[in-house]
Amino acid sequence: MRSLFHIIQKEVWHILRDRRTLLILFGMPIMQILLFGFAITNEIKEADVAILDRAHDEHSHALTERLIASEYFIFAANIRSEQELENLFQQGDIKLGIIFPKDWFASAGLQIIADATDPNTATTLVNYTQAIVADYLRDQQTVTQVPPRQIHTELRMLYNQELASVFMFVPGVMTIILMLVSAMMTSIALTREKELGTMEVLLVSPLRPVFIILGKVAPYVILSMINTALILLLSVWVFAMPIRGSLLLLFGESLLFVLTALALGIFISTRTDSQQVAMLFSLMVLMLPTILLSGFIFPIESMPLPLQMISNIIPAKWFIIIIKDVMLKGVGMAYIWEETLIMAGMFLIFTLLSIRNFNIRLSS
Amino acid sequence: MPAKHVIETRELTKRFGTFTAVDHLTFSVSRGEIFGFLGANGAGKTTAMRMLTGLSRPTSGQGSVAGFDIHREAEQIKRRIGYMSQKFSLYEDLTVRENIQFYAGIYGLSWRAVRQRTRALIDELQMQDVARSLVGSLPLGWKQKLAFSTAIIHEPDIVFLDEPTGGVDPITRRQFWELIYAAAERGVTVFVTTHYMDEAEYCDRISMMVDGQIRAMGPPHDLKTQFDQDNMNGVFLKLARESERS
Repeated sequence: MRSLFHIIQKEVWHILRDRRTLLILFGMPIMQILLFGFAITNEIKEADVAILDRAHDEHSHALTERLIASEYFIFAANIRSEQELENLFQQGDIKLGIIFPKDWFASAGLQIIADATDPNTATTLVNYTQAIVADYLRDQQTVTQVPPRQIHTELRMLYNQELASVFMFVPGVMTIILMLVSAMMTSIALTREKELGTMEVLLVSPLRPVFIILGKVAPYVILSMINTALILLLSVWVFAMPIRGSLLLLFGESLLFVLTALALGIFISTRTDSQQVAMLFSLMVLMLPTILLSGFIFPIESMPLPLQMISNIIPAKWFIIIIKDVMLKGVGMAYIWEETLIMAGMFLIFTLLSIRNFNIRLSS
Repeated sequence: MPAKHVIETRELTKRFGTFTAVDHLTFSVSRGEIFGFLGANGAGKTTAMRMLTGLSRPTSGQGSVAGFDIHREAEQIKRRIGYMSQKFSLYEDLTVRENIQFYAGIYGLSWRAVRQRTRALIDELQMQDVARSLVGSLPLGWKQKLAFSTAIIHEPDIVFLDEPTGGVDPITRRQFWELIYAAAERGVTVFVTTHYMDEAEYCDRISMMVDGQIRAMGPPHDLKTQFDQDNMNGVFLKLARESERS
């Protein structure tokens, strides 16, 4: 046990001496959370819109008024022809065009044209417009006639009433940071010993191989947990994100995810001898799927089926579900035991694979 | 096995698939001896050493190190040997003191012993002024000295040196050999691989490996007589010409 302490102590020396990496490790979560929280948002405000009004009646004027009055659109130009509209789109001056045909209100026909080079923005803008138009028509109906039956839809956005996008990003950023610290940093730290030739010296010493690895990864567990606390503090203080479930459960699940990522990092280091390969491998095989396929940025439900299936083997997917459930829905273990079990299974598999690889290396 | 032999092998063999890296090696090394393990690159020196130090498992054959069987008693062997690889195996981003402390620590010494030996070694190497400097900033010769000293800080019976003087100039190499002599005088058996033939002259006894087999073994003087050469380089070239691998 004493020798285990010496390994841990040495790894702490390494980490503390490498100030730049340390700065990145703690600077990055802060920066990412602030960036995602303040700068990156899914809402669109003040999109430029051009109007081609062939009707020139009270309704077209009133509706235009209403569109412009909303915070989503800014009036860019009144135009005369489709050609003009096309030019504006090509120059990138407008995101949306609306055409009122001559008797549009009677025939209830209205054309909305959106710049779909960015499909998400286009869809969102079209939805906004449709909502405003529908709203207007409903108002007109109540003025002119009493409808036989009116349906009031009452919306409630559960768990995130303001639809704050930071609520979605916090779990994602936390996942990425933990993956980075745990998997990438440990795989680099372990392959570094191999590259330097010091791993051989350690293996020749009476240290048990399992102690070498435990001693080397232990400091990164602590770093990861500090990062978890840091991210949670930021999201609660700066973005008023709630933690409705048990804090202990949240940290427990984070620890499980960290251990899974560590096992992955150790597994990577058993497959390669160079730091560069370890880093590239971590980035390509761990970080990209974690960002793209975990449901952090792109919803898994809208992926093609093969990708949906692949997303199942990504630990991050399950971790994000767990954090969201615990933080936003405030559920307990009874609701997330399946996800927890899947992560625990992954941890076990990667650990066994690493041990097997390590033994194969030793016997050759 | 006679107790005076600290290393003994019989028909020690290592195969990788169809390739036989070490081919029925039989030799012994006595206590306090400086035993040179010579051969061209790829002759099987490193593989043989890895089997003796427990880094690699033999395909067949017997062997004992410090009186313990290499198949069954690897753990006991590890406590009694020191090892220095060709890359010096020091941590450049740690200080001199931290490096010493770490290597003393992983051999399971008590806290007090770790502190005492660290202080003693710094004094012995006269590195008091650089004890808090990073190893990366030291000149090559100092690093080498430090690497050797940390390899024997736990006072092992045998120290294995894997091409310890690779890439070092002749003067520094010479100084390094003085350290080896000093250790041998204290009773440490030195097992050293090298491909510098001038170094072979410093050894008490050497073995020449070609194609995984020992082709010649004995004190440098005897070998020169046997092969009718003025220096070890001549002996080596004469043997190397028989090689089928290179």
